[in-house]
Amino acid sequence: MTTTTLPERTPDAGHEVRRSTGSTRKADVYVALGAAWASLALTALLFTRLAPFDGTLGFVVLAFVFFVAFYGLLVGLDERGPTVRDRIAAVLVHGLAVLMLIALVVVVVFTVYRGLDALGHRNFYTEDMRDAGPLQPLSIGGIRHAILGTLEQISIALAVTVPLGVTAAVFLAELPGRFSRFVRTIVEAMTALPSVVAGLFVYSSVILLLNQAKDDLPAALRWLAVGKSGFAASLAISVMMLPIVIRAADVVIRLVPGTLREASLALGGSQWRTVWYVVLPTAKSGLMTAIILGTARGIGETSPVLLTSGVTAYTNANPFQEPQISLPLFVFNSVTRPDAGMIARGFGAAAVLMFLVLFLFAVARIIGGRPAGQLGRGQRRRRAGRSYRDAVRFAGRERARVTNRDDEVST
Amino acid sequence: MDLLEETRPTTVTPSTPDGPEDRPRSVVTRLPTSDRVFRGVARVAGSAVLVIMLLVGLFLSAQAWPAVRKAGWGFLTTQDWDTEGNHFGVAGVLVGTILIALVAITIALPLAIGTALYISEYAPRRIAPFLVNLVDLMAAVPSVVYGIWGFFLLQPHLLVVGNQGEGLPRWLTTYFGWIPLLSVDEYQPRDPEASASRLTSSTFIAGIVVAMMVTPIIASVMREVFAQAPPGEREGAYALGATKWGMIRSVVMPFGRGGMIGATMLGLGRALGETIGVVLIISIGFVIQPHILQNGGGSISALIASRYQESTAIGVAALMGAGLVLFAMTLVVNLLAGVIISRSRSGASSEA
Repeated sequence: MTTTTLPERTPDAGHEVRRSTGSTRKADVYVALGAAWASLALTALLFTRLAPFDGTLGFVVLAFVFFVAFYGLLVGLDERGPTVRDRIAAVLVHGLAVLMLIALVVVVVFTVYRGLDALGHRNFYTEDMRDAGPLQPLSIGGIRHAILGTLEQISIALAVTVPLGVTAAVFLAELPGRFSRFVRTIVEAMTALPSVVAGLFVYSSVILLLNQAKDDLPAALRWLAVGKSGFAASLAISVMMLPIVIRAADVVIRLVPGTLREASLALGGSQWRTVWYVVLPTAKSGLMTAIILGTARGIGETSPVLLTSGVTAYTNANPFQEPQISLPLFVFNSVTRPDAGMIARGFGAAAVLMFLVLFLFAVARIIGGRPAGQLGRGQRRRRAGRSYRDAVRFAGRERARVTNRDDEVST
Repeated sequence: MDLLEETRPTTVTPSTPDGPEDRPRSVVTRLPTSDRVFRGVARVAGSAVLVIMLLVGLFLSAQAWPAVRKAGWGFLTTQDWDTEGNHFGVAGVLVGTILIALVAITIALPLAIGTALYISEYAPRRIAPFLVNLVDLMAAVPSVVYGIWGFFLLQPHLLVVGNQGEGLPRWLTTYFGWIPLLSVDEYQPRDPEASASRLTSSTFIAGIVVAMMVTPIIASVMREVFAQAPPGEREGAYALGATKWGMIRSVVMPFGRGGMIGATMLGLGRALGETIGVVLIISIGFVIQPHILQNGGGSISALIASRYQESTAIGVAALMGAGLVLFAMTLVVNLLAGVIISRSRSGASSEA
């Protein structure tokens, strides 16, 4: 026979205190702080008293190296080998991630900071460069022509790539077979096409070859034979963007669960209806993301535009005639000049370009932020409303059926 | 009751021994018109894309042919770009392209691994999605922005500072100049008269700028691969007493090895084709220049961007040939990356 001994209960035990499940101990924090302080002190001593070192970069790097060493040493005082390695690895990973973050912040802040001079002038957005020589102050001249050019060129490129790209992606995903496998291989190969080669292709085909043969061309094709112009630039951007958009869209469409397709087909939907009412709506957010990210890439690339659009200081709204500059090309063109005013304009244009990309990116995340099937609050409310109306409709129909049957029975 | 009697089904067994033989029915699906139109349109779009892509490849090859035929194998070995005098080849810029890409990958790889591991393993759950967006945003920053960052901030204020050229390249060549790759011709680091201009516009600096462009691409693919490591195996490692780093070493890394290699090669493909960052930093030269810290160098894309206005037909054809060589390189690297990623355990459902 066993006896169970109950623990003695003090009458006034009070509430149980919730235990923290975190694994950070106070000692860890002290060790980290101590290592940081020691490394800073040692590096400062080295730089100011002992060795002929200078330079901010060297200071930071050396301080970090000392920090890792001290930290390992301090942890090693009361932990075993695997734990020490774990801590050091954690410190290194954190350090690399912070370095990456700093790099991004520096790139963005530096561009905006250097561009502030130009960004502050209103004429920077409303004038072009026709009256602004290289030595004119920033209160004259602006980037209206470049903004217009970028918007027109990317619009034409989107008008070409979006319908063609999405349809081709639907073809790749929905009509599998030997031919579509071949097309997919070729498209994947073309994503490797360097953007400058895409520009070179349009330069030598449209600008050089078709222009030479302009008079022999049939009249229907003569519009293609443009010189350096916005249209040629948008063709180059399209050649570069098309494989990117197709590939991303293909991946997104293939992610649509096969069970959804089968359900639609089992309900008697044709393939066309399945694609239009089930596959594309399910993949909509992903498709938008694919297109917008492709757009961001197309807007920012300089090298295809450099070879095809030509440089001008005038606003040119017609993409089919005469050179038409765009934002990245304007940036490239201005910062390679020697004078400070043009460089400031270049940085201003780079900041505008970056904000444009940031804006597109934010739009992509807002539209395509959720994977298919997860709804936002408004969508959920609308869907609940629709479901409620359906329920009311069904209930009404049921009631009508019951009363009809009652009527039949009674007659 | 008689209601039931009436509707009782009668069963007919069709294949009685004396009945007709069973024959497989031919299954004919008659597509509705809408489907036929849909399939037609989709096929046309697929074919159009195929035609455009093949046209680009064939056109480049056809246009490059005269120059390549004229130069022969010398096109790959000549270190000069004299298209008038028929003495041109991509040897110098080809080596430059590869060196820049290697410098870029050497810098980008640890950064990308660190960032990807941080986001997938260490970052607090609440800010991880934000960091993912940040990395993707970094990949979308236009390359010209990185280029001007390298030219106006990195080079004059961080790497080659002042008349003496204080900074990392000078330090490297002073103490590691005995390695051929890191030596700088006609430059005495300890000579107070030494000019910083020997150290500017180098392959190394261009490589750092390109590394900034490819790191987010590599990091984003790697993060996706790391995130797919099976939770059961992670918990198994923890249950056996592994530390977090032990778990990463024994579960996440082996699981993601194929994806990591593939991601790196994707980044390498991008680094090989990068143009504007290189054009802004380097003044192009056509001789093989293996000293990465020394002024000069070049890449095929920079060659195309700086020489495309050559008026002669043979000049443009030679550029086409150079472009084709570049395309062939990026193509091989990308295809290898694709094969490695899709063969690996982790890459089966990865986007890249």
